[in-house]
Amino acid sequence: MLSENTARLLKQGAIWGFIVLELIFFSVAGHFLSLSEGAFMDLDNMLLLLKQSAPIGIIALGMTVIMINGNIDLSVGAIFALSAVVLLDSMTWPIFDGLGDWVIPVSWLLALLTGTVLGAVNGLIVWKTGVDAFIVTLGSMLGYRGLVFMYNGEQPTSELNWTLVDFAEAQFLGLHTATWFLLACTLALWLMMNKTVHGRNAYAIGDNCDAAVNAGIRVGPHMLKNFMLIGFLSALSAVVFYSESGSVNPNDGSLYELWAITAVVLGGTKLAGGSGSVISTFGGVIAIQLLRKGLGYIGSDTETVNLVIGLILIAVLYLDRQLNRKGKEELRI
Amino acid sequence: MATMTRSSITNILAKQGILIAFALFIIGFALANNRFLAVDNVLGVIRSSAILGVMALGVTFVVISGNLDLSVGSMMSFSTIVVLDLHDKLGPLMAIPAMFAMTMCLGAFIGFLVGYLKLNSLIVTLGMLSAIHGLTLTYSGGKNMDIADKQGTWFGFFGRSDILGIPVPILFFAILAILLSILLSRTPFGRKVYAVGGNGTAATFSGIPRARIVFLTYVISSFCVACAGLLQASRSLGSQNTVGQGLELEVLAAVILGGASLMGGSGTVFKTVIGVLILGFIQNGLLLVGLDFYVQYVVTWVIIILAVWLDIAAKRGRLLSPIA
Repeated sequence: MLSENTARLLKQGAIWGFIVLELIFFSVAGHFLSLSEGAFMDLDNMLLLLKQSAPIGIIALGMTVIMINGNIDLSVGAIFALSAVVLLDSMTWPIFDGLGDWVIPVSWLLALLTGTVLGAVNGLIVWKTGVDAFIVTLGSMLGYRGLVFMYNGEQPTSELNWTLVDFAEAQFLGLHTATWFLLACTLALWLMMNKTVHGRNAYAIGDNCDAAVNAGIRVGPHMLKNFMLIGFLSALSAVVFYSESGSVNPNDGSLYELWAITAVVLGGTKLAGGSGSVISTFGGVIAIQLLRKGLGYIGSDTETVNLVIGLILIAVLYLDRQLNRKGKEELRI
Repeated sequence: MATMTRSSITNILAKQGILIAFALFIIGFALANNRFLAVDNVLGVIRSSAILGVMALGVTFVVISGNLDLSVGSMMSFSTIVVLDLHDKLGPLMAIPAMFAMTMCLGAFIGFLVGYLKLNSLIVTLGMLSAIHGLTLTYSGGKNMDIADKQGTWFGFFGRSDILGIPVPILFFAILAILLSILLSRTPFGRKVYAVGGNGTAATFSGIPRARIVFLTYVISSFCVACAGLLQASRSLGSQNTVGQGLELEVLAAVILGGASLMGGSGTVFKTVIGVLILGFIQNGLLLVGLDFYVQYVVTWVIIILAVWLDIAAKRGRLLSPIA
């Protein structure tokens, strides 16, 4: 029987231990199996890994906040796609012709505004109607995706602005632009969740909504803010990703919600709400990306990644329940 | 008296709201386009909804027992690919039972995790969505699957032929719906599914084997998925390995539209069939009145939220939620 403290430490450190295990495993296994010459722990490889984690990572950070607050958001992939369409399309609008490269910040703002508004719509519906967030965002996942398709049919929306690409591919202190965004978001959200009233209230609401109401916390506005936040972050993720790639397919971002939730759960955040941390989610994102890269590195099919991640997710859930003495009450949505 | 009448009207609206909405839709589309209610159009709509519908029947059991199943889409891809692959290796007569056995093993595994190990169904089936997708890709080697001799096989019977003018997928869907409806509403097992979903603790105390019931709902769900895979494979006689991708959420939308609560304990097979038909007819009707194909997604979004909102509003007696 584990003591309370040991169990908590084990759980908080688990994701980092897992990352270390992955690094060791892929380095050793790669030594024997890999076809490429470079080492797995190569610095460039690790920097690239951080950059590739950014799109899902930024969304997963927002999902952590939503899940700590006791909700869930399935529409992030659709918000991601719609913001990307707005970002790329608005650069070609005739009214912005005179702006030159100043169109970039304007388009960014428009895209971020789109995401925030879409998130606010979700939040308002959840708040005002009292319908479960799972159902509301399941619906808007379909609806927002429909808007993406109505915008441009099944054609990809493309606009390549070289100034923007240069910015996205730039490296500052060795790290890529996308990585800086990911790190900045992690820091900002960590501060928000731990040092602000809003963050602490989000924990309280997720832990016990009735108690929070009785303590005088206004539950609705907090939920609304968090939905706006995840909308904003989904749009930010699109901004970071599509600044570089310059072309968005209407189906882009589908299943992102599932990847984001997987990363959050791997990081140890509870579906039931009230506990979790953005730092652990950051670990979860890195762990998934390591697994993808590592399995490719040792030459197994990329298909195996899905199988392995799925089984690890279930194993984590099982272990977590074994470690979690408090969790006798069933987790439910 | 006046309040009595008013509350009973709200009550009727809440209970039969989905049927009324469905009727209004049908009337509206029929007025807008006279081809909408033509026999071939109606049969065409039901036929193309049948695959989604068969899956929704099974998910209804899972949802009523208070759980979720997000793995049905990738499981359907799996069963489609497997039956097409085995068709050429073993012949159709052996391929079908083998595919059913393999798919139901997956369902039993999920049932074991959620029922006996009591793990959270959302995460388990999310994990299985990913895992089964990987399994399918590994099995097929990432390639599309095709039947070699498409003319010389009777395998297309389930998806392509008619009996007495009615397409076989519709008959399949109807018979399965009737059988499962009887199972859910007329047998002790069905009552126990409602009991487990309505109040799991109370069900346990009254001696209902909760774990076994949950386990069985997932086996039923995987059986329905195998049926859907059979219909899909038989209709196309060849398939991509992502054929079911994204269906899990559409299936869930149909079940919720039918009025099943995600909290468990409510919903019926009949209502789910209505939910499936609403989705199918809306899609068809919007196309017939000349709207863009993708408008249906936006309309579905609005309808799902309105349906659930009105249901909740009628239960709590006021429109807006009391959350401050």
